[in-house]
This record gives sequence, C-alpha cells and structure tokens, in this order.
Amino acid sequence: MSTDTQQPSGSLPVLQAADFASDQEVRWCPGCGDYSILAQMKKVLPTLGVPRENTVFISGIGCSSRFPYYMNTYGIHSIHGRAPAVATGLKLTRPELSVWVITGDGDALSIGGNHLMHAIRRNLDINIVLFNNRIYGLTKGQYSPTSPLGKVTKSTPFGSVENPLHPLSIAIGCEATFVARSIDVHIKHLGMVLKRAAEHRGVSFVEVYQNCNVFNDGAFDYATDRSQKSDTTIELEHGKPLIFGKERNKGIRLNGMDPEVVELGKGISEDDLLFHDEKSTEPTLAYLLSRMTHPEFPEPIGVFRDVDRPSYDSLVNAQVRDARAKREGDLTALFNAGDTWTVN
Amino acid sequence: MSATSAVAKEISEIPSATVRFCGDSGDGMQLAGTQFTNTSALAGNDVATFPDFPAEIRAPRGTKAGVSGFQIHFASEEIFTPGDQVDALVAMNPAALVTNLADLVPGGILILNSEAFDDKGLKQAGYATNPIEDGSLEGYQLFSVDMTKLTRLAVESLNLGVKESDRCRNFYAMGLVFWLYDRSMEPTLRYIEDKFGKRPEIAEANRRALTAGFNYGETTDALHSQYRVAPAKLKPGQYRNITGNQALAIGLVAAAKLSGKELFLGSYPITPASDILHDLSRHKNFGVRTFQAEDEIAAVTSAIGAAFGGAMAITTSSGPGIALKGEGMGLAVMTELPMLIINVQRGGPSTGLPTKTEQADLMQAMYGRNGECPMPIIACRSPADCFEVAIEAWRIAARFMTPVMLLSDGYIANGAEPWRIPQVDALPTMEIRHPSASENGDEFHPYERNERLSRPWALPGTPGLMHRIGGLEKQDITGNVSYDPINHQHMVDTRAAKVAAVANDVPLQEVDGPETGDVLVLSWGGTYGACATAVTRARQLGTSVAHAHLRYLNPFPRNLGEIVKRYKKVLVPELNKGQLIMLVRHKFLVDAIGLNKVQGKPFTVAEIVSKIQELVK
Ligand code: SF4
Repeated sequence: MSTDTQQPSGSLPVLQAADFASDQEVRWCPGCGDYSILAQMKKVLPTLGVPRENTVFISGIGCSSRFPYYMNTYGIHSIHGRAPAVATGLKLTRPELSVWVITGDGDALSIGGNHLMHAIRRNLDINIVLFNNRIYGLTKGQYSPTSPLGKVTKSTPFGSVENPLHPLSIAIGCEATFVARSIDVHIKHLGMVLKRAAEHRGVSFVEVYQNCNVFNDGAFDYATDRSQKSDTTIELEHGKPLIFGKERNKGIRLNGMDPEVVELGKGISEDDLLFHDEKSTEPTLAYLLSRMTHPEFPEPIGVFRDVDRPSYDSLVNAQVRDARAKREGDLTALFNAGDTWTVN
Repeated sequence: MSATSAVAKEISEIPSATVRFCGDSGDGMQLAGTQFTNTSALAGNDVATFPDFPAEIRAPRGTKAGVSGFQIHFASEEIFTPGDQVDALVAMNPAALVTNLADLVPGGILILNSEAFDDKGLKQAGYATNPIEDGSLEGYQLFSVDMTKLTRLAVESLNLGVKESDRCRNFYAMGLVFWLYDRSMEPTLRYIEDKFGKRPEIAEANRRALTAGFNYGETTDALHSQYRVAPAKLKPGQYRNITGNQALAIGLVAAAKLSGKELFLGSYPITPASDILHDLSRHKNFGVRTFQAEDEIAAVTSAIGAAFGGAMAITTSSGPGIALKGEGMGLAVMTELPMLIINVQRGGPSTGLPTKTEQADLMQAMYGRNGECPMPIIACRSPADCFEVAIEAWRIAARFMTPVMLLSDGYIANGAEPWRIPQVDALPTMEIRHPSASENGDEFHPYERNERLSRPWALPGTPGLMHRIGGLEKQDITGNVSYDPINHQHMVDTRAAKVAAVANDVPLQEVDGPETGDVLVLSWGGTYGACATAVTRARQLGTSVAHAHLRYLNPFPRNLGEIVKRYKKVLVPELNKGQLIMLVRHKFLVDAIGLNKVQGKPFTVAEIVSKIQELVK
C-alpha cells in the first residue's frame, strides 16, 4: 500500500531505524528469523516518509504476531487469524493511515484463511507480511498448513498426510494486486521487497521464508545455504528472462502450459526463456511462478505481481464523499422521512 | 368511492380492533399488513403489529409450513401489544385458515378466498371437507369471496398473464379490509405509485385490484356493516410509524451525529437483524460506512479496528452470530474500546427458529465469553424505544470506554408502532474527548484511568501517543503486556468495577403502580407491552400489582434491590427458561417466581394476567 500522508505542521524530523523501536524487550528465541524481519522493517519505515503516528501494525496470534509490541507506532495485537478484519475496519474509517498486517502461516492460512482471502480480493490498501516458518512455533511445534507432506511434528508423529498450501498461490488466486516473496536472512532483498510493498497502492502480500530455529530449524536451508541458493532460488526481475544458477547458465522455459528447467547454450538462448512480467493483468503467470517448488524448480523470490486496481477503502470512501456532496445528512429530514402525521 | 353504490351500510364506532392477514408466503400478506398499519397510523390510531412469517423463503405453496401472517392492533386509546386475539381474519387459503382460526374471537369476521378452497388446497391443510360448506364456521361472520376470479376480472383489460393478475390479489384483500374499517385508500395508492411507477401496467393492476376490493365491500350485500376506530389521544407531536430495526438504525445515526462521530457498521447478514445493515447502508451521506463482512468474526473485529481509529463502531447480529463473536467481544473488553454489539434475538439454540422471537440470550450477553469479561447490557422494550436505547447505549460505551451489548428481539425488530418524532435540538449532545498530542515528550499511559475508571481514547495519527493494545493482559497504567498475578487480579477487578460503575450514571429504576403491594411484575425487553397491559388489567380487577420494566440489565439500576423487596411476590415473565430471574435471585436473594414461555411467540396479555391473579389467590 501507499499513503498520501499529511505531515504535521513544522519540518519533518528525519527518522532513523531506532526511532521505530518501542521500549519493549524483544522476546523471540535467540536466532529466530523474526529478528531479521523486524530489523529490515525498522530500516524501511524511515524511508517511506510516513510519520510514526500514522503507521499502524496489526497482528493476530503466533510468534510473528508479537511484532507490533516492538514497533514505536500504533498497534493492535489482536486475536488469532483476525488481523486482516481488524485492519479492514481501521482502514475503511481512517484511509490516511499506513496499515501493516503481520501474520504467520498458521494465523493467516489456517484459522484466519477466510479473512485473508477477503481482504485480498477486496484490494484493501494494506501491507500483509506473512512470516512462513512452516510450523506452529508459539504452541511449540505442531505442523502448519504449509508444512510439507511427511513432516514429523508433535501432532504428526507418523508424518503429515496433508497437502501443504502455497501462500502465494492463495494470494494470487484471490487476485492480489501485489505479491512478493523474500527470505529472512536475505536482508537487502527483504528490505527492497518490503519497500515495494509499502509503495504499492492496494493490497500488498509478502511471504517471507522465516527460520524457526527451535521447532523447524533449517526448513529453508535449501534456499539460504550459500553453496546452493543460486541453484535453488531464482530472483524475479520485471521484463527479464528467468535465469538462475551459480554460472547463470540455467533458465525456465515454458513447455506448453508448464515450466521446465533448461540449460542455456546448446541451441537454447535467453530469448527462448520465460520473461517475467509483474504487470501482467492476468494472474496466470504469477500463479505459475508460485507453483514452482524445490526440489523440481528453483523457488522464485522477488515481486511476482504488481498491478493497479482501485483499492476497497478508496471506493468505499468515494461513495461516502459523493453521497455527502449530493446532500449532507440531516437528522430532521431522516426522522421525518416517509408518511408522518400530527397529533394536536 | 363508487357512485353506483345503492346499499346503505351502517357504521359502528369501536374503540379498537385487531386484524390478521394470513396466506401463503407468496401471497403478499406482509405487504398487506404493512399498508394497513401505515394507513391506520396515518388515520391517527395507536398501532401495534406482529408480523409472523416462516423461515423458508418459499415453503411449498399451500402448505401449513408456508403460512405467513401479519397482525395489526389499532385503537383510539394507547395500546402496547398487537392483541391476544383477532377480531377479523383474512385467510387466503385453507392452510392459513387452519393454522390461524384458533385466534379469531367467537363471532369474529372471517374473510376467505374461496377459490383456494379446492381439493388440493383442502388436502394440503388436512381438511376432509370444505369448511366453507360444511357448517364448521357457523360461529363466525363468514365472507367467502372468490378473490382470484374477482381480481382477474378487475385487471382483465390490462392483458396481464394469469400469474401477474393473481399477484394483485393481496391488494384486493386490502381493499376489502380498508372498506370494512372505513379506511382511506390514499396512502396505499401513493405507495403503489412510488413502488410500481416504473411499471405502469403493474401499478394500474394493483390500483384496480385495491379499488375492486373496496368496491366489493361497498356495493355487494355480503357485508352490511363497517367499523370505525377514532384517532387515539396520543401525546401531541409529529408521528411516524416505525419498526424496531428502523428505529435502531435511525437512533444509531443520530447517536453518531450527536457525538460528532462517523458510524462504522461491521455486519454479516442474519435474520432478523439484516434490516439494520440495509438501513444503515443507505445513510452514507451521514458519513456512515457499512462493511458486509465475510463472517460474524470479521464483523466484530472490523468494528474493533474502526473503534481503535476513533469511529463509532457497531456490529449487529442475532444469537448464533453473537456466539461467533465471542472471542472478538473479549478483545473489545480487554482493549477497552467503545463499541456496540447489537443482538436482535431469535428462537434458539443453534439455528433454532430464525424468524420467531425469544429472549433467551441474556445469559449469553452476560457470560458468553471466556474469562471474567463483563460488559454493560441494555435492552429495548418496543419498536419506538429502540431509538432512545441506541443513543443511550452509545453514550455509555463512549463514556466508559467499553463495548456495550444492546438486546433487541425479532418481535421488536419487525413489529411497528407510532413514533413521536423528536426535535433534533432537544436531543442530548455527547462530547467525546480524545487526548491531544503529547508535547513535552511525556510517556503516554493508555491504561491510566479517570474517575469513572475509563481509559483515554487516543487515536492513531496523534503524535507522541503511539501505543499498542491487544488481547494479552495489560499492566495497569502502561498497558504493557503483563503476566504478573497481582496485576491480573487488579485488572480483572478494575474492569468489573468500571462496568459496575455504570449504575451510577443511569437513572433509577421507575415503578408503575403502588409503592408496595402483593405483586411486582419485573420484566425486560420485548415483553414490555404485554406486561404493562396485563398489570393495568389486573389492577382493574382490584389486584395490588406494580410493574418495573428494566432497560439496564447489567449493571442493574442501583435501587432495584430495594424495589424487589417492597412486594410480597416478584413475578418475572420471560420468553426463555428463566434468565433474568436467575440474575435477580442471585443478586438480591429474592424468591422471585418465573413465568416462562418458549414458543417463538410473544406473551398474550391474558397469560400474564392469569399468572398474576394466581399469585394473589
Ligand atoms: S518458536 Fe520459532 S518462530 Fe517462535 S520465536 Fe522461537 S524461533 Fe522464532
């Protein structure tokens, strides 16, 4: 989302990352990926030109949802899964505020799946950041809706038999106007993605691969490990072909409707590859990219989709403005509407 | 009307009458009832109505399950109920007759659409023989009219299809009843023009059917007397007819305006509360924003978001939806944000009886959340009362920084009565203050309380007041997360004390009737009319009985404990298995007696009178 914010009178103080830190002790487990996301958020916010008092963080329940307590902004640590709905009420009535929803894989996709889906399809002008650690951390280690098949956890001692959800496929299925993915330890990239999410007008949905080093350590090693990450991830760039690999010698080509990994050279040139188009009005390409998973494919990171559509809050408020411009509400007229009679 | 009328008919003046239109749910009986109500109200009568319709949109045609009814009590004196029995019954088919006849007074007027009494219709209603012919209706003034044929004849020249012609039948029935009670057709003719103006042939057909029904009464020999109910001596003023849901919606808009707030409604459609959503969504020019949420939980939590932002936040629903809002309401209590939760109660449990009335959600309102989670509760007593109660509920919410539960019910929501329209400048204004930007850099304390124990409502956008709230237990004053045992005890006690302190801010309970005596009838919600009428009637029979009707259910008015001890017996009539009585017995150790009914129907006056009389025997 993006916000045209009226600055309070006087010159705008230049804020630093530290200005966005609250006085509360951060209580995630040492080594948790959440720290890195918090740090990047504090770095990005001062660059947006939105005063702290016009920024609101809303979360549900889970480790990630402690986030608002650590930000020196307005915030609501709400109830499990409902942050998008809380944000809807706030944003519809206070459209000038910059509203962030911080959520996790269980919070957003399990208990709160319904709200997530509807906030996205309405294109509410908020930024949703989903910390995906593929596990329930706060409740100490049960499988989540993004845990892979076969995952052994406290509640799946014989391995999970549930097919996992791809958060981005869900968001794209709901026609999110901005969809991106980054990784907790990939700090520059994460900062870039958060900033772009903030700048987008309409709903922004960002999935961050986040390591839970206590209950699901190493879930994303394949994507973060220095020795292999250039083969297991692919950085999306608008208008550029999908190339990856340490030697940048591999690419993604479309074979009919399906992507395939090809090696460049041997008669295959860059022009044969799939070119990324984040502005494509149809969500088909973004969806196809969201389906590319390790180990068959490198997993795309970056901005999948960034298109324009009027935001829900702007449409709702435009109706209110128009109605008022036509005829401002008058209680006497409202009370006396319809047939009335007088008793003397 | 008709110049051809040659039959001189007598007109008798009567003080009041009760009429019920009933037929298949596709027969337009609700419309007939509403039109007759408005016409009677405009003629100056006091009115009270009882619409009663099935939950199914279309049960199979002609079946008993599909019968829809609308009862109107209109009078030249003040009335409070739609009437125990009906003086005139219009039944459009055998199923309607068989399900409604028991409520018609002996000798009452019975108007039937004879065409519907064919073999199939009779069989569906379970009649072995045709009651029009078998003499079983001899105890009534029976008027058997082939409304179908007469309506078709009236609209014949318009060349409508049979279906469309038959759809005008309710106007024919209306016309006939309008004649019977000497009512003007003008308001309904205006309605037809408003509603069907864009489809002139339909408008014309309805006009013709209405007039034909009226003329039938006037010109045929079948009916020989008309009745007239003079205007009631209501308090002078400007009046309109209003349903409970309409009055609630208008009251909420007024409360927002009076407090300088913009209204936000988060709601999910549910019977019988949806009309509040419909009404409010039309009032955007008051700055009203309505959000039809994806579910009940989003409805309540979106309201919490809006309240945090400084709006007058509301969520509306009925029992099952309120159950879903439980956790959200807990968050509202914990974050101490002002908002209204409106429950238009219906028959339960579970999906229960969606279109029928009941008042069995009082315990849910009191205790239906996890933890110690108190909330003020306030209830409407009649359709017009909803207006004032809406304003009062918001006053309490904003003054005490608390969610407030407002209880209505299906009977109030859909029932109608005349509303004396208030003068806008006579309404109380409410000043709501928000802390302004902290200038000296002092730390802001979101849970520092004033003399009412309410906390500051600091709004996002205010520099220097950045703070975080949430569902975790708060440290006193700072609002930081706290797991400290003593602090938890303190906060639980404080939240309870704050809600209890609302009692100091609301009027003392009034009692209608003797200061002491044999019986006190203690009631709440939609039973007001039946209880008030019953108490008056019992007093006329010489019984020493008083009536206290509660608007404030949590906390109780501070003199209630003293009132209940002044009477030998306390009778608590409720449309549930005994919920207010449980609270009263618990709170005041008074051996109150219940009168309880859960049939999806309001009390009749007679039921309450007979219970009162039984107690003094
Ligand atoms: S349990 Fe996992 S996700 Fe939660 S704080 Fe600890 S490391 Fe982070």
